[in-house]
Amino acid sequence: MTYKVIDGLRYTKKHEWVRQEGGVAVVGLCDYAQDKLGEIVFVELPAVGAAVEAGKSVAVVESVKAVADLYSPLSGTVTEINEVLFDQPEIINRDPYGEGWVYKVGIADEAELDHLMDKAAYEEFIIKEEEE
Amino acid sequence: MRKPKALIFEISRPGRQGYSLPDCDVPEKPLDQLLPEPLRRSAAPELPELSETEVTRHFTELSTRNYGVDTGFYPLGSCTMKYNPKVNEETAALPGFACLHPCQPEETVQGALELLYNLEQGLKALTGMERFTLQPAAGAHGELTGLMIIQAYHRHRDDHKRNKVLIPLSAHGTNPATVSMAGYEVVQVPCDERGLVDLDALKTVADDTIAALMLTNPSTLGLFEEEIVEMAEAVHEAGGLLYYDGANMNAIMGYTRPGDMGFDVVHLNIHKTFSTPHGGGGPGSGPVGVTGRLVPYLPVPLVDRQGDKYYFNYDSSRSIGKVHAFYGNFGVVVKAYTYLRMLGGDGLKQASEDAVLNANYLMNRLKKTYHLPYDRTCKHEFVLSARPEKKKGAGAGDIAKALLDRGFHPPTVYFPLIIEEALMVEPTETESKETLDAFVWAMEEIARDIDEDAEKVARGPYHTVVGRLDEVRAARSPVLSWQNKPAKK
Repeated sequence: MTYKVIDGLRYTKKHEWVRQEGGVAVVGLCDYAQDKLGEIVFVELPAVGAAVEAGKSVAVVESVKAVADLYSPLSGTVTEINEVLFDQPEIINRDPYGEGWVYKVGIADEAELDHLMDKAAYEEFIIKEEEE
Repeated sequence: MRKPKALIFEISRPGRQGYSLPDCDVPEKPLDQLLPEPLRRSAAPELPELSETEVTRHFTELSTRNYGVDTGFYPLGSCTMKYNPKVNEETAALPGFACLHPCQPEETVQGALELLYNLEQGLKALTGMERFTLQPAAGAHGELTGLMIIQAYHRHRDDHKRNKVLIPLSAHGTNPATVSMAGYEVVQVPCDERGLVDLDALKTVADDTIAALMLTNPSTLGLFEEEIVEMAEAVHEAGGLLYYDGANMNAIMGYTRPGDMGFDVVHLNIHKTFSTPHGGGGPGSGPVGVTGRLVPYLPVPLVDRQGDKYYFNYDSSRSIGKVHAFYGNFGVVVKAYTYLRMLGGDGLKQASEDAVLNANYLMNRLKKTYHLPYDRTCKHEFVLSARPEKKKGAGAGDIAKALLDRGFHPPTVYFPLIIEEALMVEPTETESKETLDAFVWAMEEIARDIDEDAEKVARGPYHTVVGRLDEVRAARSPVLSWQNKPAKK
């Protein structure tokens, strides 16, 4: 596998990851997505307190190549955003699963997490996507 | 290689002058008697000081570095960079057009009104629409105007639940932005394995919350949406309207019309299809045409005729209002009318035919070397994928730079998003076989270079005025003033 996938996270088909921390979920962009986008130059983040809906666009990530929407994997209310990204969006490229996290959302419905892929399923998913 | 030139501010020397003005024959008044203090500058502006010779040389030198369709092949996909006939400039510069004032009384500008009227007749015939506004200043402006008309139509019918607009994955890039600007929500429609809109998927999302479907036909993949009539039926049955993005009109003139496909609103890009200058050489023009039921919502005024007199008709209670000062970019419209009349109906049809022929010739030659994801007869453009090259170490962006080294403007890269490492090629009808062949050779040579030494290609270009620019730094911390002051956050 050329792309990094981490155990213990949940993944979406749009290449977002989710890490559950109690009642809050941390959301970010997968290694695969940051690699495809190339060097990221700008992010637009939701407001803290904003209500987000699973599957709906919640943030915008702009690279030299393209502008992409980040779709919220879960419904809930935004509790925190990674403000460091405003000045250093490139940390998403450098550390997508760590310092490059994008926002945190209060989990409204834990069952939504079950719809997301685990490491094995996501790895299989990106291998398929690469073959296409 | 020529080195980057100094900025005009850097060659400035204090006190040097390029002009001498005669004494003013009107009594002068001190500035403080003319302008109140808050409106006056406290210091003189920092303007460069040079002689006329220096200014002339500076700008003449810069002009030799320009690259346009007058200097070479410009296959920028989706932009239709066709040749701009010089006769267009001559007619637009005629004093009877160029020296008009927009506030002149109607009876003194009958010729100009007649031209607006006649151009509208031509656009109607080409598209199958009932009426056109010539006001919008470009394609995206036309899109917004079109969606505002659609919005006004639904509101007038007290149909307030429609808050979504359907956009296929292969849509033109400005469409989603227009939808957001108009206050609608974007609903994406996927494409099938042929690269065409997935009709079944469209039917599942077309419900009574849909205001419209925005579509480019042919799509940004250069493919004609063969099921357009069924798509139109599905959207109309759900009570929605069809918006035609005219970005790719150059592929179909005289062969088919948006009106016949079932579209309700159409915008045309005069600066693409009708041979007027593009980009920095514009301005653009994006007339919007509509079918009968939408005519009352068009911006005012429209130009109408009574007997042999032309006049501005403001009589419309449901109009969305004005979308541009006066009557749009009139000079551009004069050029478009010139083009229309120089070519005539048969000529426009021939232009589309040749644009499609050129694209298919290039596609069939290039697909021997590059990957063509959707291998079917294209219209005016086609999209290659440099994914195999990217794996070797040089992708679409690097191929673009290598083309600069060979004297060509590159195709559009990384768009449409539906194709990874996209190279979107649109040759237009005004290129000869020799030019197309030269482009093929250049592309073949680049493919060989990538096989031999991809890293070297990825470091190019080598023969341009400046080498590889730091695009990331330019986007992250742009320097927008000549003093090299970084932009304020």
